[in-house]
Amino acid sequence: MQLSLGPVLYNWAPERWRDFYFRIADEAPVDVVSVGEIVCSKRSPFFAEHLPDVIERLQHAGKQVLLGSLILVSLRRERRQTEELCAGEGTLVEVNDLTCLKSIKGRPHAIGPFVNIYNETSAAFHVQQGAARICLPPELPISSAAVIAATVPEAVIEMFAFGRVPLAISARCYHARLHKLSKDNCRFVCEQDPDGLALKTLDQQDFLTINGVQTLSHACTNLIGEIDALRKAGIGSLRLSPQDCDMVEVAKTFRDVLDGRRSAEGASGRLSELYPGAAFANGFVRGQPGFSFA
Amino acid sequence: MELICPAGTPAALRSAIDAGADAVYCGFNDETNARNFPGLNFSRDELRKGIAFAHSRGARILVAINTFPRASSVALWQRAVDDAVDAGADALIVADIGLMDYVARRHPNQRLHVSVQAAAANPDAIAFYVETFGARRVVLPRVLSVSEIAEITREAGCETEVFVFGGLCVMAEGRCSLSSYATGKSPNMQGVCSPASHVAYKETAQGTTSRLGGFTINRFAPQEAAGYPTLCKGRFSTEHGDGYIFEDPVSLDATTLLAGLRTAGVAALKIEGRQRGRAYIESVVRHFRRALDTLVDGCEADVGSLKPFTEGQASTVGAYRKTCGDRLRSAMNERSPDAT
Repeated sequence: MQLSLGPVLYNWAPERWRDFYFRIADEAPVDVVSVGEIVCSKRSPFFAEHLPDVIERLQHAGKQVLLGSLILVSLRRERRQTEELCAGEGTLVEVNDLTCLKSIKGRPHAIGPFVNIYNETSAAFHVQQGAARICLPPELPISSAAVIAATVPEAVIEMFAFGRVPLAISARCYHARLHKLSKDNCRFVCEQDPDGLALKTLDQQDFLTINGVQTLSHACTNLIGEIDALRKAGIGSLRLSPQDCDMVEVAKTFRDVLDGRRSAEGASGRLSELYPGAAFANGFVRGQPGFSFA
Repeated sequence: MELICPAGTPAALRSAIDAGADAVYCGFNDETNARNFPGLNFSRDELRKGIAFAHSRGARILVAINTFPRASSVALWQRAVDDAVDAGADALIVADIGLMDYVARRHPNQRLHVSVQAAAANPDAIAFYVETFGARRVVLPRVLSVSEIAEITREAGCETEVFVFGGLCVMAEGRCSLSSYATGKSPNMQGVCSPASHVAYKETAQGTTSRLGGFTINRFAPQEAAGYPTLCKGRFSTEHGDGYIFEDPVSLDATTLLAGLRTAGVAALKIEGRQRGRAYIESVVRHFRRALDTLVDGCEADVGSLKPFTEGQASTVGAYRKTCGDRLRSAMNERSPDAT
């Protein structure tokens, strides 16, 4: 089974972002790395200057690099940026919105977790259009994933296995709204929260995480105890989504379990040490409310 | 502009047409449609009769088959498509790409509309649906401004339809798992959002707490009316303050923007609310019929009479009149009465 690293979803400082990927390239036992700013097009210019170096370093280390597309494409500038991304040759694009399909259909590409593929006929349609890898929507139960994996054995089917779950995307920026700023003049306040901004209930119960125009879960997905079931379901890759913790060690921990060097129980304890204070969840994969953990 | 009205029951369908709907949209009474509520929606026989009634009155019926089929049960959704076509539906409203592919192959002459749940928010995404499946109309998300709608309508190779009244999604529709995170039930999979089966109200000396799937969504002072705990319209807490972080409990009402939408080239106006009763249908449809008719005569539309039918008795033109400052309402200054 492959391990893949999803794109950084938060607004990290550009140098930190670059160094994160350099270390992933040098040390993390992941096979695939998806890079690029996919949440907010306003953030993209900050990472642009480092992107070629990051891609080169990752590829040199033997990682397959995917270029993630923007999740919500509205503005003319965003459409142009998406079209340019899809027109590029060489590096596989990870499609996060169907906007890409207009130009990329018929050519090999990957599909990210933001495209609605809930069943085998939709998966088969996308594979026919050129999808070689599909990361399924995080809310999909394993029973559905198994049917999809069996229907399109030619594609690598991936599940979201670690990290806060992206739950919603909006045209409205909640970071800007909270700071009483307009989206157009947001002063990039989201950079103050490299692991997202905590949203609690009025009872102070942890609930969600705000990341600009994106809303994520508070709980961190942890499918390390589900690896046997995921293997049996024909899942070919596990996605680790970067959080503000030691992702190299997180990847090593998953790799150890995949290779039989560590038990799932011990590994889950190790993940708790690596991401202190995180509440883990695996409800979606079990067809339960997403926040739950069994 | 065509006026498209919701119907959750045969009686509502007739009321909508009597009140002046050009077309009515409805769904089958199962998980194939995005308003899968108990006691709501149409049997095969009811749909057939509804279509006959509508056609006899010169109105059209659009059938919403707009959830994402469950793996290994796709046949249930395909049968819904076949039955709707067979019953004489004027158009099918579909969200799932595999199901659109099925409609285009199996029923190439059937008029296909792209559901708002398919999240086609720009001309390129729309072009894909038009080129690949021959889609004739796209329902646009409620996150666009009128000028954005005009631009999309100019470039889209098909008709556009926009919501003018009812529930207001602030998250991109068809791409939201907030409800399933809290309850295990989602709009995409089960056709429900913040389902009543997971709602609880708790009375305390400080007032009423509304909960959804184990999370407090709002808290109301004793004299405050307790609203339904729709997840994205709850009051929450952050280090920057408490309040309606995502959206206030308001409904969309675009009555004052009809002229602009017409200039934008929009083909159809949609009223949300297949789950609502006949009183809502009659009043809201009549209101928009009158507004559209007076619009033709060059008069200002009559506004204000729809307050009882809005969430929290408050309405907004939503993103339609989007400018830099006006999205920043009072949300953050509003502290919950008994939050400490």
